[in-house]
Amino acid sequence: MAHRDFVSRRLHSFLGLVPIGLFLVVHLTVNYFATRGPESFNKAANFMESLPYLLFLEIVFIYLPILFHAIYGVYIAFQAKTNVNRYGFFRNWMFFLQRWSGLFLVIFLAWHIWETRIAMALGTTLNYDMMANILANKGMLVFYIIGILAAVFHFSNGLWSFCVHWGIIVSPRAQRITTYATVVVFILLAYVGIRAVFAFTNPGLAF
Amino acid sequence: MSENKTIKIIITRQDGPNATPYEETFEIPYRKNMNVISALMEIRRNPVNIKGEPTSPPQWEMNCLEEVCGACSMVINGKPRQACSSLIDKLETPIRLEPMKTFPVIRDLAVDRSRMFEALKKVKAWIPIDGTYDLGPGPRMPETKRQWAYELSKCMTCGVCLEACPNVNSKSDFIGPAPLSQVRLFNAHPTGAMNKAERLHTIMGEGGLASCGNSQNCVQSCPKGIPLTTSIAALNRDTAIQSFRDFFGSDHQ
Ligand code: SF4
Ligand code: FES
Repeated sequence: MAHRDFVSRRLHSFLGLVPIGLFLVVHLTVNYFATRGPESFNKAANFMESLPYLLFLEIVFIYLPILFHAIYGVYIAFQAKTNVNRYGFFRNWMFFLQRWSGLFLVIFLAWHIWETRIAMALGTTLNYDMMANILANKGMLVFYIIGILAAVFHFSNGLWSFCVHWGIIVSPRAQRITTYATVVVFILLAYVGIRAVFAFTNPGLAF
Repeated sequence: MSENKTIKIIITRQDGPNATPYEETFEIPYRKNMNVISALMEIRRNPVNIKGEPTSPPQWEMNCLEEVCGACSMVINGKPRQACSSLIDKLETPIRLEPMKTFPVIRDLAVDRSRMFEALKKVKAWIPIDGTYDLGPGPRMPETKRQWAYELSKCMTCGVCLEACPNVNSKSDFIGPAPLSQVRLFNAHPTGAMNKAERLHTIMGEGGLASCGNSQNCVQSCPKGIPLTTSIAALNRDTAIQSFRDFFGSDHQ
């Protein structure tokens, strides 16, 4: 029979894609509305906040999966004895970065959720100005940019791992082509994410 | 001039399983076409280190001397490989020899690879054909399948892939790539396939397939060029299907 480790590992990989990965894409898309000005962003954010049974959606599709993914992920990360110094192969670097981006994201997300969602629950309104204020601080700007890149990397590379761990891609050629595809996913999502950040700091900027 | 040429060899030594490792440097006269084994034999013939102090002869394992038994695996200049097929002329000097520390060190460069043999027993890496009477010839294997299965059968249990794997270490009970690939080999065999589900269930257990994090160092390091990560991905697919069958119930064979 399948042992708990086997089930947990597969579940960990699955949750990373659905719902966490999907949520990331939705979240970055909502952020992107900021490039069309504060009103557009506020409208998009308000739409998300006005979803019915929001708390249920958040708990079942965001908080619980992220909690499991994070805790089990930290356990996985600390089980590895990284050796990129001896074996500098591409996949080994991805393996290494997947674990470190994950550990960084635990810190980043804890901070991010505290600063936005929990602040909102405590009464601050979550809108364009809130983010503009946070990102006006140069340190925070860098922290957020690294956080977004880490999240996008973790998702793109995780997409590849998901396909391998579930036996969807098997042959070396399939694995290579999927690597290229996930690089494209990374570049596109990174653009969406970073572009949105600068829409909060330099509203007039276009690139 | 070439008569005076020497080679420096730095060996990580350890006097026993629980002793503290230390480094010892040796210098031996160069000969043509030497490999790491013949260099070690030279040291053993006259175990005196570079400071001129007599010392104990270094210990290592060897058997076939032609890269088919895997016994002589050690870390040579930072890379795990077979000492018998490592030619001195192709190595950077000074040559550094270390044991594969993923395994328990017995003494000097000799390590205990039992965990690999235990894993092969655990996954039943064989074809059960014994009976009380002659079962007759088994089903035939298609030639195309035999060809790729032959590649998997080249594994010599040398341990290089376990040494290279970041997930095989004292904090994890992962059995490593080699025994997993053997599951694919024996599941591919027409007679071995009769025990396919049993083998899959074993690797769905503790320390099995799920512990692989796809750093893919194994496939890059295997001296036999075995497609280890392809085997692992194929087993990922087989176990995914197997787990659905287990969960929903199926009489499919
Ligand atoms: S798979 Fe390759 S590296 Fe691993 S034990 Fe077998 S021969 Fe050695
Ligand atoms: S002695 Fe057999 S592989 Fe080197």
